[in-house]
Amino acid sequence: MTQSVVVQVGQCGNQIGCCFWDLALREHAAVNQQGVYDEAISSFFRNVDTRVVGDGGSISKGKICSLKARAVLIDMEEGVVNEILQGPLRDVFDSKQLITDISGSGNNWAVGHKVFGSLYQEQILEKLRKSAEHCDCLQCFFIIHSMGGGTGSGLGTFLLKVLEDEFPEVYRFVTSVYPSAEDDVITSPYNSILAMKELNEHADCVLPIDNQSLFDIISKIDLMVNSGKLGTTIKAKSLVTSSAGAVKKRHQKPFDAMNNIVANLLLNLTSSARFEGSLNMDLNEISMNLVPFPQLHYLVSSLTPLYTLADVNIPTRRLDQMFSDAFSKDHQLIRADPKHSLYLACALMVRGNVQVSDLRRNIERLKPSLRFISWNQEGWKTSLCSVPPVGHSHSLLALANNTCVKPTFMELRDRFTRLYKKKAHLHHYLQIEGMEESCFMEAVSSLSRLIEEYNQLDATKCMPVEDLPRLSIAM
Amino acid sequence: MSVVTVQLGQCGNQIGFEVFDALYSDSHCPQGLCSERENEAYQASSKERFFSEEENGVSIARAVLVDMEPKVINQTLSKAAQSGQWKYAQHSCFCQKEGSGNNWAYGYSVHGPRHEESIMNLIQKEVEKCDSLSGFFIIMSMAGGTGSGLGAFVTQNLQDQYSNSLKMNQIIWPYGTGEVIVQNYNSVLTLSHLYRSSDALLVHENDAIHKICAKLMNIKQISFSDINQVLAHQLGSVFQPTYSVEGSCHYRRNPLGINWQVRPPLPGLPTLGKVSLNRELHFNTSIANLVILRGKDVHSADLGGFKDPALYTSWLEPIDAFNVWKTQRAFSKYEKSAALVSNSQFLLKPLDTIVGKAWNMFASKAYIHQYTKFGIEEEDFLDSFTLLEQASENWISFSLRS
Repeated sequence: MTQSVVVQVGQCGNQIGCCFWDLALREHAAVNQQGVYDEAISSFFRNVDTRVVGDGGSISKGKICSLKARAVLIDMEEGVVNEILQGPLRDVFDSKQLITDISGSGNNWAVGHKVFGSLYQEQILEKLRKSAEHCDCLQCFFIIHSMGGGTGSGLGTFLLKVLEDEFPEVYRFVTSVYPSAEDDVITSPYNSILAMKELNEHADCVLPIDNQSLFDIISKIDLMVNSGKLGTTIKAKSLVTSSAGAVKKRHQKPFDAMNNIVANLLLNLTSSARFEGSLNMDLNEISMNLVPFPQLHYLVSSLTPLYTLADVNIPTRRLDQMFSDAFSKDHQLIRADPKHSLYLACALMVRGNVQVSDLRRNIERLKPSLRFISWNQEGWKTSLCSVPPVGHSHSLLALANNTCVKPTFMELRDRFTRLYKKKAHLHHYLQIEGMEESCFMEAVSSLSRLIEEYNQLDATKCMPVEDLPRLSIAM
Repeated sequence: MSVVTVQLGQCGNQIGFEVFDALYSDSHCPQGLCSERENEAYQASSKERFFSEEENGVSIARAVLVDMEPKVINQTLSKAAQSGQWKYAQHSCFCQKEGSGNNWAYGYSVHGPRHEESIMNLIQKEVEKCDSLSGFFIIMSMAGGTGSGLGAFVTQNLQDQYSNSLKMNQIIWPYGTGEVIVQNYNSVLTLSHLYRSSDALLVHENDAIHKICAKLMNIKQISFSDINQVLAHQLGSVFQPTYSVEGSCHYRRNPLGINWQVRPPLPGLPTLGKVSLNRELHFNTSIANLVILRGKDVHSADLGGFKDPALYTSWLEPIDAFNVWKTQRAFSKYEKSAALVSNSQFLLKPLDTIVGKAWNMFASKAYIHQYTKFGIEEEDFLDSFTLLEQASENWISFSLRS
């Protein structure tokens, strides 16, 4: 089995990352009753004998001694990381796998990317190499960050190039939180566009998330719980909304609950690689099946269950509801309209007691309402993992490569253009060594090229699906 | 005579387990509906084919398990050991840490050469355990990366190293509405390679077996276990011992010795310019059929229907194309059971569908970069397409020749 390393960058990245580690521990604790360090746990955790000083403490088999997350925590401010290290998860993180600074990036991509990038390049490389050395067979780096700020956006994307050069064979999966239109960081369009160029060029796969969608989901859950609707009591141990170890208090801002959703996304994404099932799906299969052209690697994700939290024995009707929900906008982690755009590919990752006939029945049922591109009319990738998530009997993660991301990117470009036309705040960027106006221009062209690729595919939407003439054989 | 089974990938290993389980259960079934002596002979023959015996009486499957990631093999080994009756040899497994990612090119061009020596050594060890080797049974799917790509590579190697032994590939035709998005590419590449190196392809379609589970067996929630068990049952009823035609009291020696070699019409005949549109092709127009009967009244069964010339191409006499194997020993507690193995047109339509879809995708160049990354170029795709279109044409024109 393979291992993955999580690199969490910036405030957002570290907060989400923290939720992820908390949920991962709880999931493995629920599955692994014997306390034996097995291959499933080793995908994200090392087993360490803490009595041994220095590096020699790794234990590869036997009883769990002390679990250490395969993580690198990076932030140019100390607040968030310090809070994590003083919180209940402090022992899960290796204190040597941190890179922090005090001054912060000032919501400036250029500071994160150029200044801190060059300042910390050596250290970053060293920590990454260390984490790779601890892996038997490293398959994937998961990078978690936001696009709108300075550190996550700038330094997070600087990392991508480093990873590509140093570990070319290892996948780079990026979970990116995109700023909403009402974002309170004025320069977020600049930061996002500059970061997009890096994602285009150096990421294998990107899962865009937007805060607004997460917020809407949490609001709906709160509404349903508070209205006391029948059958909507949230199970105490459910991983969807509760977490013991995250950073902020629940009642302050809903970020805690929002971060949990993203953490669940990552857990479900990797479940079929970690646990057994009748139809496994490894991480390299995600890229293989969902990325038909190298540039088009942005995947819309939707997760169920989010609202209705299931009973133990679900009659078939309820199971089908799970599939319908996955294709409803309410369950998407990014605001987009896939049903009215074109699907290039779609993956369904199911967990729990769901069998192949359930899958097929639902695909047949949902297919007519979805538009698939002409050369991939049956473009479904499916996986069945026997282990359900904690507190549920089954769950579904749908990943779609769909042209519906185009409006999101176009909107981002518009916000950028409005700001750039006025040259607002530009001097903060241009005063950084290595930054010129051409950097902005190149970033916008890169995005425009991407949008154009989606346009061309969309243009085929209205064309009839015809079979191409086949090779004719001379006999 | 013994058969060495090679199980590749998740599908191959999951099915392989069910097959050995079905074979073992049937051999040790007490209600054979025949004399004790016959039952013992049946058991002994079946055992020799598929199992070798360990010291404390536990049978060991004559199998090599190959997968590029460990979860499935671990599961398969433990499931077999749980039965307490038979198991797989611990050292007959070859496993890696990272799978093939549904990428035929990765299975064929990367894993293949990298692990060639280890895998072939394991197979060699199994072969050496056999008193006499009848051939290889390779179980693989077409849709994924390991079964398909590495399976094709291994079959080629078997062709080179054991050219005198029969290689039969059990291939799983994927569901029409995807399991894997690039399944059509992987299938086309697999079929074109197997065409050149395999002696026989035994095809099972997931859709067809699914229908059996749903319509004939009324299973409500069909799992891959159910599907694999139906398949294993079918294979068991084909490969368990039967009497040879000579009617002697020995069981047929070569279980894979189905006469797959069909001689096409002599080259002196004029070649057809255009396909005659009058003559209809049916899905079951055959060039060879094998019926296997087990249980009660096998000797009095009327097989006239199978000798109807309408079933066969016009240049074949039914007597050359039709074979029967029989045994009174019942299979799996069924009083009477019959199996049909057919070399007919049935595969043309599914093949056409897969090639068509793969071609449409290829024309847009979608996913091709994933294959070229590992050494399978556009030319290799074109070669595969050409070969399969040619094979289909051959089928059709052979059948229509008069």
